[in-house]
Amino acid sequence: MAQSQPLQVQEKKELASKEEKTVPARYYVPNADIYETEDALVVVMEVPGVEKKDLEISLESDVLRVEARIDFIKYDGLDPLYTEYNVGHYSRAFTVSSKIDQHQISAELEDGVLKLTLKKSQDAVPRRIAIG
Amino acid sequence: MATLFSDPFEALLQFQRALDTFRTSGKLGSSLSGSGGYPPLNVFRKGDDLVIVTEVPGVKKSDLQVQVKGNTIRIGGTKAIQYGEGASLHRRERLAGNFDRAITLPVEIDANKVKAECRDGILALYLTQAERDKPRSITVS
Repeated sequence: MAQSQPLQVQEKKELASKEEKTVPARYYVPNADIYETEDALVVVMEVPGVEKKDLEISLESDVLRVEARIDFIKYDGLDPLYTEYNVGHYSRAFTVSSKIDQHQISAELEDGVLKLTLKKSQDAVPRRIAIG
Repeated sequence: MATLFSDPFEALLQFQRALDTFRTSGKLGSSLSGSGGYPPLNVFRKGDDLVIVTEVPGVKKSDLQVQVKGNTIRIGGTKAIQYGEGASLHRRERLAGNFDRAITLPVEIDANKVKAECRDGILALYLTQAERDKPRSITVS
């Protein structure tokens, strides 16, 4: 598909949220892909630099919220000489339809990409009706 | 940067401000070829050494190539995105494609001592200045 095209740099979007964070630092909005398969809704987000233990995923009153924190202590002792991007924690929330089975959400983190699989609840899965 | 972590509550913000200060206006600005290309990178100094950090989420280690020649570093690779079969897209923000970028540093690098690490979508290159390029102190007699 787009495999042969040269990659473009995507400028990081700073989070402009209605709620304020208590920590005085900049948050960024991770780039996300959302797609639907027959039995699940899949949310894929790019959160480079985030470890498993620093991820917080919650689903509360149909709002799927992801908080991903970077461990910036790794940058201790490093003096910036030239920079092209900024680093910060990530935060993003989506309102999902209530047809999600709240108990069947799985998350995978690989190479800085978080993949959330939200299983649809039984009555939301399309049923095939055989014609007799 | 000894003062960075003096106040733990402000530390990240201070670091973010420091990064902003050097944004595209650093010592390497004029010597970096292909600036603005993918992947975006940050260059840090750590003592005598240089550290190049870049964000490559979704790029597998096996799809990354790093080459060093003289004082030029080349970072290339492929980022592939796969959706399952029969998936219908709701939102598509992530990009896939090839990248190839060369950076020329103002110091000579010891090619044998370059260390590359890729973890959690962050590629870090640890570069050691070549011995013959290091400044020598001369005792004043």
